[in-house]
Order: sequence, then structure tokens, then C-alpha cells
Amino acid sequence: MERRTGSFYVLALFFGLFVLFLYGPILTIGLLSFQGPRGGLTFPMNGVSLHWFRDLFEEQAVGDIWGAFRRSFALGLMVMVTTVVVSVMAGLAFRKRFWGSGLVFYAAITSLVIPSILISLGVGLIFNQLGFRVHWATSGFGAQLTWTLPFGLLIMFAVFNRFDKSFEEAARDQGATAWQTLRYVVLPIIAPSLIGVALFGFTLSYDEFARTLLTSGSYNTLPLEVFGMTTNVTTPVIYALGTLTTVFSFVIIGAFLLGAWAMGKRRARLGSDAGQGL
Amino acid sequence: MQLKNRHILGWLEAAPLAMVLLGFLIAPIVMIVIVSFWGATEFSIYPAFEFDNYEFLFGSPVTYRVFGATFKYAFITWALTLAIGFTVAYFLAFHVRSLTMQIALFLVCTIPFWTSNIIRMISWIPFLGRNGIANQTLISWGVIDEPLEWLLYSDFAVILAFVHLYTLFMVVPIFNTMMRIDKSLLEAARDNGASGFQTLVHVIIPLTKPGIMIGTIFVVTLVMGDFITVRFMSGSQRANVGRLISNDIGLLQYPSAAATAVVLLCTVLIVIAILLRFVNIRKEL
Repeated sequence: MERRTGSFYVLALFFGLFVLFLYGPILTIGLLSFQGPRGGLTFPMNGVSLHWFRDLFEEQAVGDIWGAFRRSFALGLMVMVTTVVVSVMAGLAFRKRFWGSGLVFYAAITSLVIPSILISLGVGLIFNQLGFRVHWATSGFGAQLTWTLPFGLLIMFAVFNRFDKSFEEAARDQGATAWQTLRYVVLPIIAPSLIGVALFGFTLSYDEFARTLLTSGSYNTLPLEVFGMTTNVTTPVIYALGTLTTVFSFVIIGAFLLGAWAMGKRRARLGSDAGQGL
Repeated sequence: MQLKNRHILGWLEAAPLAMVLLGFLIAPIVMIVIVSFWGATEFSIYPAFEFDNYEFLFGSPVTYRVFGATFKYAFITWALTLAIGFTVAYFLAFHVRSLTMQIALFLVCTIPFWTSNIIRMISWIPFLGRNGIANQTLISWGVIDEPLEWLLYSDFAVILAFVHLYTLFMVVPIFNTMMRIDKSLLEAARDNGASGFQTLVHVIIPLTKPGIMIGTIFVVTLVMGDFITVRFMSGSQRANVGRLISNDIGLLQYPSAAATAVVLLCTVLIVIAILLRFVNIRKEL
């Protein structure tokens, strides 16, 4: 093997600093959330306690964060399932190069790059003028899909661009119907990438702020609740909340990544079932 | 018949996506364009067809200043995220040797993307505050005597947060294109006597351009459309176009917010159209 050059160590140092830059602040508030009861928003630590975490469980101290958490979680699951299903269907559609596919594609890209506040404002205005009440599960749900679906679609493009068509041709040659080819050949092959789509769907919804702002109605999602707290809470309780939801995010991300990893392992262990007459 | 089938089936499969985009993207844009011509009183808005909102918008010096500030944020953030993102991606793609390690380090860079932006902004407070870590450290080193006031709630804080939030939008596409560069091209460059730097400038950077363009589109549009980072990190002391819109919304001046939104959208689309001339997105995935 070649020897490492000097530039390797410089770049490695740069990378290390970048990672510190990414994670340093969040670790800091993780530490500060264990402030003593009389501690403030910055160092030094004024004792060590679980005081601020305990505060989170008292309604009057912080408002309805548990309700907000439940809503965000439910909404995240709804968006996740919808994103996976709709993205896969759209991914399959785009392979057919149907008439007008370019139009849908550019709409999806627009959806990704449009300033989020426009979605928020536009959806809010439509609901308002039609006399519907905005609610996180209707207008909020739709507004969030405009953010998660393009990501799902782009992942599906990446997946299908690398997809070996001969698997499908083989299935068809053996007499499989279009549905059987999809169900027993295509879907199992792309399954691990669907975990990725699901991860994007859930986490982007769970953390979404700008598109939900004017579309969630009177019941806040968690990010909206947290943002509300930034204007009137001046104690480390906000760090405790930040730490808790970040840990929750990490657990979710870990679970998804582990799932994808386990699926890959299983596939490597069992190998192909070609010729097994299944 | 076969051909027709393909189109119909394609549309059936794309229908859910098309419906969502129609209902929650196209319709809202159309609505905003319509409302931008409406009138408003202090309490309500009424249908009309007048250009007052646009006249007011283009007649006010605030508009130009705020658009200028928006471009300034976008440009500085773009330059910084590109420099950092390119370096990080370059290290990952060409200096880390095992694929497992590459994937692991790549994930380390992407995981923050799946956590909350709001909380990542909040997490700068203990670092940048008047009595924060940065000031305390600098004072203890004797670099400064008094705490710096411009660390938090300033342009500096806004741009720091943008770079913190959005650099991975550069890292991911650039890393993706770099991984697809044929390594034998680099060998060929070296065999022909190119230095590491020459290889970088004449081989790697030209081949990485599509990734750079995609990252640029992401970063520029995210920064131009932002309103919450600027509000939070500047302590409401700075403005960009997004904040102009959200302030109008807060005052229930929807027509005026809509007019600003239309102008913002046009600006963003023009910027993207220019950038898209350099890259074919669909080919790059």
C-alpha cells in the first residue's frame, strides 16, 4: 500500500474539525441540560442535576410538549408511509417515460427548491378561502409531503438508474405477469433503498418547521412548540427538550440504519435463490 | 396499443405524486399569484385586481435593501459551504481507502440532516452568547479584554448557522459525483507527470462540476427562501426576503406577503434556470 502523504493528514484534520463543528454545539447543549436547578444558559455548570428534565414532565412549566410530540410522531408515520408508497409508484412510472413525465419531474424539483414559506402561505390561504380549518393532519400533512416526496423520488431515480433490467426480463421470459414481476422481483431488490426513503420521510416530517408553520392550525407540532419556547423560555429546560428530541432522532436514525444493514447481511448470508424453484 | 398502455399505466402510477403536487404545490402558487393582486384592510383581505402591492413593493427602498441582504447571505454561504463541502468530499472520496470507512464517515456527515434545524440553531447559544464558550475562551487566552458583542445576534451568527445547517447539501452531491470518477483517469494524470494540485484542478474539479452545481442549487435556494434562521440567529435584528413575507403574514397583510412571495419565487427560479444550464440533474443521480 502507498504511504500516506502530508496532504492526507491536513485533510484528515480538516475533516475532524468539520465533524466537531457539526456535533460540538449539540453535545454542548446535551451537557448543559444537566445544569443544576440554579444554572443558566451557558457555562459554568452550576451543579449537576436532572432538574430540567423533570421540568419537562410538568405541564405548567413548558406547555403541551407531550401532545406536540404525539402529534409530530403520528404525522411523521403518516408522511413516512405515504412517501414510501407514492415515491415507489412514481419511480416505476418514470421508468416508462410516459407522456408528460418531464412536467411532473420539474414540478417535483420545483417542490424541492421553492421557498418553504410559499407553501405555508399558499396552503394556508387556500384553506382559509375555501372555509376549511387548517389542521396538522390535513393541510400540514399535504404541505410536508411537498418536502418529503421530492427526496423520495430522487432516491428512487438513483435506485432505478442502477437497476439491472435483465432480472425483469428473466422473470417475464419465465412467464411472470407484470404484477408478479413487480411483487417477487423488483420490490425485493429495491427493498433496502425503501428503508432509506422511509428514513427521509419520517425524519424530515418530524423536524419540519417552515412548511408546517401556517398549516398546522391550533395544535402545534413539536418543532413549532420548540420554536415557541425559544421566545419565552430562558432556562436550560429548552436544552433538556433539545437533548431529548435529538436523542430520539438518533435512536430513530440508528434503527433505520440498523434495519438496512441487517437486511443487507441477511441477503449476503442467504444469497440468491435463483434455481431453487421457488 | 402497447405504446398507449405505457402512457396510461405511467400516469396511473404517477397520479398520487401528481395529485399531491397539484394540490399542495401548484394550487398554492396559483393562489399566491391571485392574492398578490388583492387588497387588504387592517382586519381582512378582499378580492380585487390592483397592482398596489407590487407598486408599494417596488417603490420601497426597504425591498431593494432586503433583496440585497438575501443575495449577500446566499453568496457568502455558497462560497463557504462550497469550500468546506468540496474539501470534505474530496477527503472522503480520494483519501479514505476502505469503502466501509467511506460509508461510515459519510453517514457521520449526513446524520445531522435528519435532526431538527431549530435545535441545531439553539445549540449555538451557549457557544456564541455574551458569556458563552467562545468569549470565555478568548478572554482567558488574553486575546480580548471584553466579550465580543457580534458573535450572537449578528450577520456572523446567521451565516455560521447557514453553513452549519447546509454544508452537507454540498458534501452529498459532490461526494456522489466524485465516487463515480474513474480512478484510472487520476492514474493517467499522474503517469503523465501531473502534480497532485494539477490533477485536482484539471481532472477532478471539471469532473465534479455537476455535483457542485446540484449542491449550489440546494444551498442557494435554501438560503434565499429562509426566514427562520435569519430571525433566530440575528435576534430579529436582520432581515431577508423570507422575513419580509413572514412579517406581513404576522400582520395579516396576506396580499402584500403574496406579492413579495411572487417576486421571491421568480428570483429563485431565475437563479435556478441559470444554474441548470450547467447540469442535467436526471443524468446525475
